[in-house]
Amino acid sequence: MKSFVSKLCGKIMPLSLKEYREHGGFLGLEKALFYMSPQEVIDEIKESRLRGRGGASFPTGVKWQLVAAEGDEEKYVVCNADEGEPGTFKDKALLEGCPFQVIEGLMISAYAVGAYKGYIYIRGEYPNSIDLFKKAINILKKEGYLGENILGQNFSFDIEVRSGAGAYVCGEETALIESIEGNSGSSRFKPPYPPNCGLWGKPTLVNNVETLANIPLIISQGAEEFLKLGTKGSKGTKLISVSGNVVNKGVFEVEFGISLREIIYDICGGLEGNKKLKFIQVGGSSGACLPELLLDLELDFDEFKKHNIGIGSGAILVVDDSCCILDFMRVTTEFFKHESCGKCTTCREGNRHIIKAIDRMIYGSGTERDMQIIKDIATIMRDSSLCGLGQAAPIPVLSLLKHFKDEFQEHINGYCSTGVCNFKGEGKSHG
Amino acid sequence: MDKISIIIDGKKVSVPPDTTILEAARKTQINIPTLCYHPDQNVKGNCRVCIVEIAGANGFAAACCTTVKEGMEIKTNTIRIREARQMVLNLILANHNSQCLSCKRNGNCELQTLSQELNIEEEFLDKVVDLLPIDQSNFSIVRDQTKCIKCGRCIEVCNDVQGVGAIYNVNRSCDMKIAPAYEKGLSEVPCVYCGQCINVCPVGAIYEKEDTKEVWRALEDPNKHVVVQIAPAVRVVLGEEFGMETGSIVTGKIVSFLKRIGFDKVFDTNFTADLTIIEEGNELLHRIKSGGKLPMLTSCSPGWIRYIEFFYPELLQHLSTCKSPQQMFGALVKSYYAEKMGLKPEDIVVVSIMPCTAKKTEAKREEMHLNDYYDVDIVITTRELAKMVRESRIQLRELEEEDFDVPLGLSTGAAAVFGATGGVMEAALRTVYEVVTGDELDKIDFKNLRGIAGFKEATIPVGDLDVNVAVANGLKNAKILLDLIKEGKANYHFIEIMCCPGGCIGGGGQPIPATNSIKEKRIEAIYQVDLQSELRKSHQNPAIKELYEEFLIEPLGEKSHKLLHTHYIDRSKNNKDKRD
Repeated sequence: MKSFVSKLCGKIMPLSLKEYREHGGFLGLEKALFYMSPQEVIDEIKESRLRGRGGASFPTGVKWQLVAAEGDEEKYVVCNADEGEPGTFKDKALLEGCPFQVIEGLMISAYAVGAYKGYIYIRGEYPNSIDLFKKAINILKKEGYLGENILGQNFSFDIEVRSGAGAYVCGEETALIESIEGNSGSSRFKPPYPPNCGLWGKPTLVNNVETLANIPLIISQGAEEFLKLGTKGSKGTKLISVSGNVVNKGVFEVEFGISLREIIYDICGGLEGNKKLKFIQVGGSSGACLPELLLDLELDFDEFKKHNIGIGSGAILVVDDSCCILDFMRVTTEFFKHESCGKCTTCREGNRHIIKAIDRMIYGSGTERDMQIIKDIATIMRDSSLCGLGQAAPIPVLSLLKHFKDEFQEHINGYCSTGVCNFKGEGKSHG
Repeated sequence: MDKISIIIDGKKVSVPPDTTILEAARKTQINIPTLCYHPDQNVKGNCRVCIVEIAGANGFAAACCTTVKEGMEIKTNTIRIREARQMVLNLILANHNSQCLSCKRNGNCELQTLSQELNIEEEFLDKVVDLLPIDQSNFSIVRDQTKCIKCGRCIEVCNDVQGVGAIYNVNRSCDMKIAPAYEKGLSEVPCVYCGQCINVCPVGAIYEKEDTKEVWRALEDPNKHVVVQIAPAVRVVLGEEFGMETGSIVTGKIVSFLKRIGFDKVFDTNFTADLTIIEEGNELLHRIKSGGKLPMLTSCSPGWIRYIEFFYPELLQHLSTCKSPQQMFGALVKSYYAEKMGLKPEDIVVVSIMPCTAKKTEAKREEMHLNDYYDVDIVITTRELAKMVRESRIQLRELEEEDFDVPLGLSTGAAAVFGATGGVMEAALRTVYEVVTGDELDKIDFKNLRGIAGFKEATIPVGDLDVNVAVANGLKNAKILLDLIKEGKANYHFIEIMCCPGGCIGGGGQPIPATNSIKEKRIEAIYQVDLQSELRKSHQNPAIKELYEEFLIEPLGEKSHKLLHTHYIDRSKNNKDKRD
């Protein structure tokens, strides 16, 4: 375990500006405002090789540069705190552990790209976080950290807290922008990308909570310090949320390079009841499901990419061998069926047909054809959907088909070895 | 700007930056399939039918909303892409009521065509069509959600072009549907019944309420004297339904057809269009002289009337009190014509053939009847007329041309141009100028008021007065003018407003498709009819002169007041009640 980005969480009172300052708070902002030009700030972030922590792992400095390069007078920075990915609760730790750190990160980003207005979009299911942020912003306004000519410098910035009604898709940046604008949350097609044309049609920087929380530390300590953490291609640390059939559940900060096995068995104390591991799902409900044999994989963007999987939001769901693959897949797909915005054909229509095919299999009338339907629909969803939601929703399905083909076959033969499915249909040779 | 070079299916092509893959492909003679895409609308990227492969990219890209980049290598015709498109289409078909044979759009359905073009051999997914009731709550428009494919075209036209917002998407994911708020019926929300949603619907999810059976029944009723009127915009458009070139003028063939199927008299709405000019022109002059409400707004487009009644009731006083030509016609047939022919009004059936779905509801307005009978009994659209032609098995293209009956079939070129945006204004100016000045107007073509642009204006010296006029089509453009009037900034005497983009030639009852390029050709034909007319000014129409001499006595007189003028209703309250 490491203690870097989350080092103040639980150590200080979240709303105590005094304590935050005593622990180095706002040193990053001061350094940026007093001693660095916006471009120097961007260069520092680029040098740190920080990559986005929201799921797409896009190089943060490059994204900032794109927004900074836009000539527009009016630009926006947005903190994406719509942590809706099932099994992900790491942003909440930062939001409620150290709100000032996130806000400081947002302020530095605004200074770097030339924005005067920021939004923090917090999911509606985090009422406590919303409340904390509103209070934190008021405190900062009173203390002169927000408003006109901050710290006496030629930098003015204001932040507004916004929140959604709970739609998962609003974590997707363009749907989030639609939601801030007051529209129902549905994705826009890209391009144009938000850095060129985002909120109210203006250049917009959208960053994840954890990404922003890293910023003050990188600026105050320098990129060089940050580069000491992590692997060659993945610098720094990562907050992971571990849940499922594991002894220690919760949010942990780990350094890139740690293996999945270490996370599960060393940090989290292994599986509950010493059961056998069936698979882990990395990155939330839209993440790939990995069997035991991939457990020695190191937490590293590039290593993961070699296996065509993403770290995503850093959620890890641990599943023991009492779980039926088809039952799990049904629950996951049901979630995406509920959360699709309905705009594009493949995402809107795909999930329900996958569920129908699964149902035939778990009720005993499934055939090879159903397996093919699941595969074909999942593939078209991944390849043709309009936004990240539809493209990622079938990832667990495809990974399960790849690694647990036998279990599908088993169901076609009328048998569920975990005993979860109860064949109500014309179960063939039971057992 | 430097052009961008790309390779599509192995063929190199140079296109300007910002060109989409769809547009670029069309330059290489490849027509990538589309479904939600509509040439006159914003790109939506919803349907995913236009997907293509781009070298180096993981997934597919939607050709409609992906712009080309230098060196891009695009493949549009591989096994992978064809199968993917079939899969996308199958997902759509699974949620589509595919009862094509009894569908209004059978033979003219984009989904049907696409299924054929993409070689769909089997609908292999489970049908997941929701059994939702068909909305038949009004006289104009029917919505059948079992056919809806959620392309979003109707939403765009209703919200962004017309600014009405009667329908929108509700719910999400596979529960998403397109419906009025709280899934009410169209009659319970401020829908103006313009039918523009019908014109852009790729399938049969929205269509006009069909009234052809009532017409056939009336024609076979021995106790009824059945007369018919045809609106100016029908004659230049019907041919499209029968494979004729866009802009073909088929007036004589329609007259011939209507006589063949048994109408007792075939008259022309153009006759009452001329009459409208006389009444409305005099009303305008009266308002100018007597300090009445100005600017005066035209009142012949029933969708527009509903719009102002719903959204700007405080401006109703600006509307001309003239009934629309359709309604004037009905009122005259059941009074003047009935008297002349010695018929009882209740024995007469007036049928209208209109380019418009809102006309169906207009005919049923409470104030549009005299005693116990409506001015107009049955309204059918151009599309319904085409259906009757097909049902009759009469070969329209081969018919000899015939003339309208007299006297209600005589008209001038000024009436003909009512069918296009700017036409009413042009016709009015031709008459007002001559009535006021007593001089003959040399240049009677007001070309700056013509064309498909949403807003046009002009100043015309009429005697001592410079008359300022404006012309708008499409309700969002009307809204701009209404807001100006509200702010007291509309320095106009007379404003023509047509509900539908392009005017009646683009009406909600016209043949589909009706893209802007098609509408332009229809408009050309309208002015062709005007040019071919012997008389081109309404006040020269001898039948109109006779009508005043024999019956009406004078414009704005007592009989006119009773038969040809009307009043309007503040529907804003109703609107609010129903919406809350």
